[in-house]
Amino acid sequence: MKSRWQILIVDDEEVMAESLAAWLREDGYTVDTAPSGRAAVSHARETDYAIYFVDLKMPGGMDGIETMMEIRRLRPDASVIIITAYATVDTAITAMKEGAQEYIVKPCNPEEISLLVDRIIKVKNLQLENQMLRKRLTGQYEYRDIITKNSKMQAILSLVRDVSSLRSTVLIRGASGTGKELIARAIHYSGDRASSPFVAVSCASLAETLLESELFGYEKGAFTGAANQTKGKFEVADGGTIFLDEIGDISPKLQADLLRVLQERRFYRLGGTTEIQVDARVIAATNKDLTEEVREGRFRDDLYYRLNVIEINIPPLADRRDDIPHLARHFVARLSSEIGKAVSGIGDDALKVLLDYDWPGNIRELENAVERAIVTTRNRSLCAEDFAFLETAMRARANWAVPPISLLDIEKMAVESALGRSQGNIKEAAASLGIDRSTLYEKIKKFGIQR
Amino acid sequence: MKLACIAPVGFVEDDILAEVEMVIRNNFGFETQRLPGRPSPGGAFDHDRGQWSAIEFMKDLVASRPPEATRILGITSDDLFIPMLSFLFGQAQLNGAAALVSTARLRQEFYGLPSNRDLLMARVRKESLHEMGHTLGLIHCPDRSCAMCLSTNLEQVDTKLDRFCRACAASANTRMRSLLENDK
Repeated sequence: MKSRWQILIVDDEEVMAESLAAWLREDGYTVDTAPSGRAAVSHARETDYAIYFVDLKMPGGMDGIETMMEIRRLRPDASVIIITAYATVDTAITAMKEGAQEYIVKPCNPEEISLLVDRIIKVKNLQLENQMLRKRLTGQYEYRDIITKNSKMQAILSLVRDVSSLRSTVLIRGASGTGKELIARAIHYSGDRASSPFVAVSCASLAETLLESELFGYEKGAFTGAANQTKGKFEVADGGTIFLDEIGDISPKLQADLLRVLQERRFYRLGGTTEIQVDARVIAATNKDLTEEVREGRFRDDLYYRLNVIEINIPPLADRRDDIPHLARHFVARLSSEIGKAVSGIGDDALKVLLDYDWPGNIRELENAVERAIVTTRNRSLCAEDFAFLETAMRARANWAVPPISLLDIEKMAVESALGRSQGNIKEAAASLGIDRSTLYEKIKKFGIQR
Repeated sequence: MKLACIAPVGFVEDDILAEVEMVIRNNFGFETQRLPGRPSPGGAFDHDRGQWSAIEFMKDLVASRPPEATRILGITSDDLFIPMLSFLFGQAQLNGAAALVSTARLRQEFYGLPSNRDLLMARVRKESLHEMGHTLGLIHCPDRSCAMCLSTNLEQVDTKLDRFCRACAASANTRMRSLLENDK
């Protein structure tokens, strides 16, 4: 992964800067040149270069050391390499003291420069990867981590920023795979509750009684197997945020309990007699049309209004196609380093295939598609061929003759066959259906499928 | 068919030029044409370093490319440099028209060893492929056996093969195809 790193060469001798730039470009880096310290600083303000080659002796008021100090002030993470024609111990010591990563004497052996640049980039790649993995591990995504240029999504993000420090309940609606949990995390981690816990509960994956004890906790002996007093998710999330995913699937009894917690911020553990007070912000999400559920009497209207203080509607990927290229490039960068395959980009022909596809599984499907393409490709940049499976899927969908059975039966068949193919592996089955695990659990429960 | 000119700069042996023509024809589908020998550009010699400026050579090649040729590949026996680096095996314009290979440091004699013609030819083939690859937009390849792998010393030149890996060959092909389509 070289292409993402940029290099700036600062030298008053154009020939020297340009010839080194041309040599480094052959290695795949994007290289710019600047004729003076001042020009370099203004370049550094605009672009985040990974490496700066700075000539020590430059006319015009700003020498190499001063330029380096200014660059390091603007870009503390950048690596500066000082170049000089005349090596003296003094200048070398000064350069290193002021934070130069290396000090080289020109002319320099090509091998030396190539190893030096490789070494710096290797460290930068590791740092970036570490940052990415850390984020994935902790799930601490902020609104800045959400990739979008789409105007609807921008409006959502500005709403996320506005409501992040409020305590109001938020209801997030969106189809499966649109990133409801990501938005919930962004609200939590962008606000003043960020240092407190974010607790996610998938309401669809658990049976009613289990969900109850999961949410509210229980006292020792409350039921068979309740060996110890256990805190519920609401208590764990005290001071922070509790995220209730698939809220449309909870039972009437739980709806009533939840309404009480939302109104009074107080509840009892199962089998408990002391009232517990919590300060947990509630963010709920659903892919169902809750107004419809309310109309049909399956969802309490008072709970609906309590939840729906701030409503966020995430559009499906098909309605924000302008984001597909950014998202695809982001997934290529992230997944290629995670998978450990040197895939550096995605070609225009491949992007066209992605733009033409209808993405019923939304962003999760896009991520899976990019992962599959990276795993199977033999090219350094993904091309249309690598996404041929999407066209097959699209054609299969178009040509498939639907048997004359109900929608529910079709859904049940799809879930059963996916589970059969994955031999009961939930993660795999969910991925092939293009839904997340909690949605799959919900469907298994709904259809009473034996696993 | 696209035309690539092979331009000997200063004295270059015939067998080397023939080898270069062959490798360019076989690997890229270029038609080749050998230009008459030209002297090393005046002012390119640096007396302090005892070497020749690759920048001046490249300028000269760019200026002397016949209009009908898509690419020009200079071959020289002179020892090349750029200000920042102590030497170069060759140079090319990335995605450009001109490329240059120096045989000076590809010869065993340069290092005080007995001459080895076969070895020299193999190195010339690899470096010619490498520099021409750059003119088609290829960048250095992490595959050590691919001709597009960066070599900064002779061991690295000798380790790689005189052909592209699958990925580089595919990119070169795509680029050649689009060069041909641009004509239509």
